[in-house]
Amino acid sequence: MTDLSHIHAAAAPRTRLAGRLKLALGVFAIMAVVPPVAQALDEPFVVVIATRMMIFAIAALSLDLILGYGALVSFGHAAYLGFGAYAVAILSRAGMDDLLIQILAAMAASAVFALVTGAISLRTRGVYFIMITLAFGQMAFFFFVSFSTLGGDDGVALAARSTIAGMPLLQDAQGMFYATLILLIAVFAGLYRLTLSRFGRVLTGTRESALRMEAIGFRPFPYQLTAYVIAGCLCSVAGVLLANQAIYVSPAYMSWHRAGELIVMLVLGGVGSLTGAMIGGLVTIALEEGLARYSEHWRLGFGMILILVALFSPGGLSGLLRRLGLVRDGK
Amino acid sequence: MSEALLSVRNLSKSYGALKVTQDVSIDVAEGQIHAIIGPNGAGKTTLISQLSGQLRSNAGQVVYAGEDITRLDMAARVRRGLARSFQLTTLLPGFSALENVALAVQARAGSSFRFFRPAATETALNDEAMTHLASTGLADRASRMAGSLSHGEKRQLELAVALATRPRLLLLDEPLAGTGHDEAARLVDLFAALKSRVTMVLIEHDMDAVFALADKVSVLVYGQIVVTGTPADVRADPKVRAAYLGEEAA
Repeated sequence: MTDLSHIHAAAAPRTRLAGRLKLALGVFAIMAVVPPVAQALDEPFVVVIATRMMIFAIAALSLDLILGYGALVSFGHAAYLGFGAYAVAILSRAGMDDLLIQILAAMAASAVFALVTGAISLRTRGVYFIMITLAFGQMAFFFFVSFSTLGGDDGVALAARSTIAGMPLLQDAQGMFYATLILLIAVFAGLYRLTLSRFGRVLTGTRESALRMEAIGFRPFPYQLTAYVIAGCLCSVAGVLLANQAIYVSPAYMSWHRAGELIVMLVLGGVGSLTGAMIGGLVTIALEEGLARYSEHWRLGFGMILILVALFSPGGLSGLLRRLGLVRDGK
Repeated sequence: MSEALLSVRNLSKSYGALKVTQDVSIDVAEGQIHAIIGPNGAGKTTLISQLSGQLRSNAGQVVYAGEDITRLDMAARVRRGLARSFQLTTLLPGFSALENVALAVQARAGSSFRFFRPAATETALNDEAMTHLASTGLADRASRMAGSLSHGEKRQLELAVALATRPRLLLLDEPLAGTGHDEAARLVDLFAALKSRVTMVLIEHDMDAVFALADKVSVLVYGQIVVTGTPADVRADPKVRAAYLGEEAA
């Protein structure tokens, strides 16, 4: 009977997990009241910026699955933003304006690309993995640059935003905002469960020691590849939203700068906790918009902030919050 | 002796001109503890790594339970019941002791392509993991992070994880290294109790433990088996005294 108490003590979610979940719920609550507050303050553009913040939070979350939980540093993750965006552009030209169909198509294209490039990339490790994912990302980038019927380098404007079940729910900024918030919550919740599942344990275990995993009978490759495909599919959702928000699609979404920026978001927010990645995505875009207002050399200021975080808070902003006691540390 | 559970024939591993193991041949009968001793640098850990599938051999053959497993990787060998423990602890530091063992249980209990249900709520995994923790004396450490355990506790956990793979043959690479006197005695008792269920190949520097546990002893010197026999035979062998035991006595 004494054994049982140990089982339950160990099986109960650690308070560290509960802490990051609470923090995420707090973020969702704050985001949910942004539109009415912005309206009250007569700052409608804030809603547009907040939508953009959440779109990149989705992208950062998807990257955290492979980078944070799998220790697979992909430098080609922006390609999936592009697949999502171009799925909207291509399908809307063909008369298919439904958001769900566009998301499914974006995911399918991303899954195929991730399956093929992941199967090759995962044969390598460390800096070679970074370089090969960068190379595949650049191949996808140049494919769309040379896609002249879709504007090539210049990109292409969309006729209108996507519809949901035939209704133009995304037309106004608020509809766009809440659709993005709902998808952000869905992606976070899905990944949160996934990282605690059997699959998540195998992925995390491989990050900590691939040798140990093989010694208990796991081959890491199929699990890593599956995570790579899931991450690509979820990132393409952010791409679909990005195209809709800007009503414009261009290869710039999938440039290697963008891929690097996604990694920066994770470093800024803290890797391997999901909440950190989400905060990193939100804060990076907020800083970008905020600092750009003061100076066109805003990247200098952003670089300083990044250096400070890297030097003094290796756990990123979420680690900083934990250390300041704002979020309870369970360890 | 009938068919051996593990039959190693002329196994060799070299790095360039350096021959780490050469023409190693041993037979391990089911239900026995077969110890491999030898001075530092004799190639004992390399041999274990070759047997476990972590290292590819340059020549030779490994037959386990009647099957040639020479070309199988480590994961495939583990699934056939050939598990190992590591000399340098190879645990998952950010996982609790229970989670480390539960993951090994999970490896052979159904698919791990399950994405939704939290693994921590699977009582079948936790219950079995808990019995392995209890049998290695770690029941009260279940919820501690593996990285925060004492050195001796990590050795015990290493063994609990290996047992959770339900091995038929267990390769133990210096399981007592760095453990205190009491912990070592407990592990020796545990190995003796396990013997009826699990065949073991044991590498160990603690000669008291080796001679207390082993049914057979092979002596490895410069990558080659010098002699194989009962503990009494090996102790009396002049080559062994010169190569190994003599050094300690001197």
